[in-house]
Amino acid sequence: MSKHGASALATHHKLRLTPSVVALVLCIPALAPLLVIAYASFSPDTEVWKHLSQYVLPEVTANTLLLVAQVALLSGVLGTALAWLTAMCEFPGRRFFEWALLLPLAVPAYVLAFVAVGFLDYAGPFQTLLREVFGSSSWFPRIRSLGGAAFVLSLATYPYVYLLARSAFLTQGRRALEAAQSLGYGRVAASWKVALPMARPWIFAGIALTAMETLADFGAVYIFNVRTFTTAIYGAWFGMRSVNTALQLAGVLMLFVLAAFVLERRSRANANFALARDVSRESPRLVLSPVMRRFACAFAATVFAIAFVLPVIQLAIWAYENIGDLDVRYIGFVSRSLLLAASAAAVIVAAGFVLAYMLRRFPSKLSHAVIRVATMGYAIPGTVLAVGVLVPIIYLNNTFQDLLRDWFGDGAPLLMFQGTLVAVLLGYMARFLAVGFNPIESGLQRITRSVDEAAISLGVSGTALLRQIHLPLLRTSLATAATLVFVDVMKEMPITLIVRPFGWDTLAIRVFEMTAEGEWQRAALPAVAIVLAGLIPVALLTRRGAHVA
Amino acid sequence: MWLELESVVRQFPTRRALDGLSFRLPQGSIGCLLGPSGCGKTTALRAIAGFEPVDAGVIRAHGKLLSQPGFSAPPEERRIGMVFQDYALFPHLNVRDNVAFGLHRLAKSAREARALEMLEIVGLADYAMHFPHQLSGGQQQRVALARALAPEPELVLLDEPFSSLDVDLRERLGAEVRAVLKKLNATALLVTHDQQEAFAVADIVGVMRDGRLEQWDSPYNLYHRPATRFVADFIGQGVFIPGEVVGPGEVRTELGVVRASGVHLQPGRPVDLLLRPDDVIHDDASPLRAEVCQRSFRGAEFLYTLKTQSGAILLSLVPSHHDHKIGEHIGIRIEPDHVVAFER
Repeated sequence: MSKHGASALATHHKLRLTPSVVALVLCIPALAPLLVIAYASFSPDTEVWKHLSQYVLPEVTANTLLLVAQVALLSGVLGTALAWLTAMCEFPGRRFFEWALLLPLAVPAYVLAFVAVGFLDYAGPFQTLLREVFGSSSWFPRIRSLGGAAFVLSLATYPYVYLLARSAFLTQGRRALEAAQSLGYGRVAASWKVALPMARPWIFAGIALTAMETLADFGAVYIFNVRTFTTAIYGAWFGMRSVNTALQLAGVLMLFVLAAFVLERRSRANANFALARDVSRESPRLVLSPVMRRFACAFAATVFAIAFVLPVIQLAIWAYENIGDLDVRYIGFVSRSLLLAASAAAVIVAAGFVLAYMLRRFPSKLSHAVIRVATMGYAIPGTVLAVGVLVPIIYLNNTFQDLLRDWFGDGAPLLMFQGTLVAVLLGYMARFLAVGFNPIESGLQRITRSVDEAAISLGVSGTALLRQIHLPLLRTSLATAATLVFVDVMKEMPITLIVRPFGWDTLAIRVFEMTAEGEWQRAALPAVAIVLAGLIPVALLTRRGAHVA
Repeated sequence: MWLELESVVRQFPTRRALDGLSFRLPQGSIGCLLGPSGCGKTTALRAIAGFEPVDAGVIRAHGKLLSQPGFSAPPEERRIGMVFQDYALFPHLNVRDNVAFGLHRLAKSAREARALEMLEIVGLADYAMHFPHQLSGGQQQRVALARALAPEPELVLLDEPFSSLDVDLRERLGAEVRAVLKKLNATALLVTHDQQEAFAVADIVGVMRDGRLEQWDSPYNLYHRPATRFVADFIGQGVFIPGEVVGPGEVRTELGVVRASGVHLQPGRPVDLLLRPDDVIHDDASPLRAEVCQRSFRGAEFLYTLKTQSGAILLSLVPSHHDHKIGEHIGIRIEPDHVVAFER
């Protein structure tokens, strides 16, 4: 026994350095873009700043903040109200809506956006119908506006609030409500006074997530023609070819992201203490009056229809009408999408596993800090990461190129680091490492330490322990992580758009190019494939029950 | 008569949780429903609070109807306070606001003053601004009590109020809770499965079994004059030995004729006689001898398990300076206060 213990301790010391180095390397993709942007922000180019602060920043800041505020408000109200209805009340169709209201998660905001624009814009079928019936549709609100973008982003992001608020309402147990009742409050008053305030940390965390999504969104605001930070960064990069402008804009955007990030972290910390200890009894649901019951059902049905059913039907119709587009190019779009998603899943799951394993074997303040940095990327908008990844790569490329020129003169080979898949994968890794890490880590946490100790006491340790115990037990977690990363990469647009090698068009890029030309109907075909892939993680989510995201 | 239950029935899909429960709790007294888990005591409490409807029978308070089949006054209108097993403190409110929560009819300043007054009574005035998760279990329990009592309810219900505390704390808090309730002259009903807890807090205890009361009586009577064999078994320790009634207050057993008041069975009936450990007295001079089979030292006394010549097992509580080894034969006398015997 003691011999085993001693040898295990010895390997501990020997190994301690290697995993820290590996972990630090894994942090680089997330950390490097931030450092680049921070460096650029602290050494601003006065010319660029003058231009930005005069012509760009006022409009972009106002648009972004207004958009975030409207989305936070609308998705907060929608998500909380729907969560309260499905978690606390009984109404016809409640069981169905419980999971159906999560389905909009499968539709990327940019898909919902082009469907909304294509359907509701002046030339779209809806206004055409209005003109046929009423003779004019000029009174119809302009859809390609800030309000339209906020509406669509709210429909795409309310499930975050819904998911968190719902699990808060469900875990409160009924004791708190009963306590309020025994103190003289009716059931509805008790809900307002107790259930809602107790769920507040979760609701705020959900709203913070929608704010981060809104700040990160590129595809939807591009389609709605709303100038926000992400579209401005894209414009600076491709339109003006000004790296500095893009970097400065990214720096300002990061300040807003940081605010949302801090709000989310704070809210989750507050949520920890508010867990009820008794959740054993399923609480009896609030019985609504017949009018309210019908209203609840109609409300849930309306949100579900607008956010999911109608867009999907419209997509299917357009896809069917444009089936002629389906030619040999699509083999390329699909295979490139699949190849990128699969290789990203492989790389990120491997990295996530290394980090999670390191955290388990060598838990320390440093490991925790390293992981927090490495998984921070989920909060950083893709446009920012894309620019942040490309700038150092281009710098390295040019440095090496100069060296080569010095050595070989004009006959030196031309280097093109920036246009490689490695650069794209680095960007994905920065953005989606958390997506791959979290399921693996929680899977590892479920394997108790005594299992390890039992194996070690039986003489199985080191890589044998990993192979015989941990990997078999982790199979489901690894599969979940890979699936989630795979689908997120399929849906991803800005990183792919900015960093991809020339001509490397994927399904998401095809959607972007069609929408950029206003060909809404021809964007439907690639979008259907993306939505179908997006349904997979939603199915996983609902099968596990309404888990916290 | 403050609280009155009459033949209350509550039927769940798979079992009958209350099966004709009846009792009366006078104003200003502390009652307790005691019983093993699954006996229906918590359902009874929830029916009184108004969280569970009744399928038959009536619940009244002050003669006012609270529940009957098809009718249930809403919990918030019953003026019945409740201390929950897990306390159910509101995690988003500090201690003072928790206590003030039920005082919504008062003005803000009066509300806070009353809350602080209640915290003073339960000895937590210094913790008014703390949040529930910053308090120990015992402190949370007292906050829950203060919160339930603050609106001056006409009845307070306590659901296993000490079950999530350690044993040491339970005894002390039991006495404290009783003192607070008596100080406010509150009428209270608690449910528990722990008889020490019941005896420490309550004036009247009802032993429940399968949804009905076996006996509703003072703790003293439950111990010394159990009405049924179940109560005799459930409360305290003791053994049954067979015997026969020979006259009023006289039972003949293999240990001789046991005399005491309290048996009203007809002579000639075969009975089981209950002997508590304190009914079997150690006396070196007694001709009746028994062998020590087991001993358990309890500080002030020993609890001896004894075997008589005929093989009957007895328990005896003996002052601890009588230190006898296992296998020794010692003299005993049978001297019950009240003979408790059940027909066989």
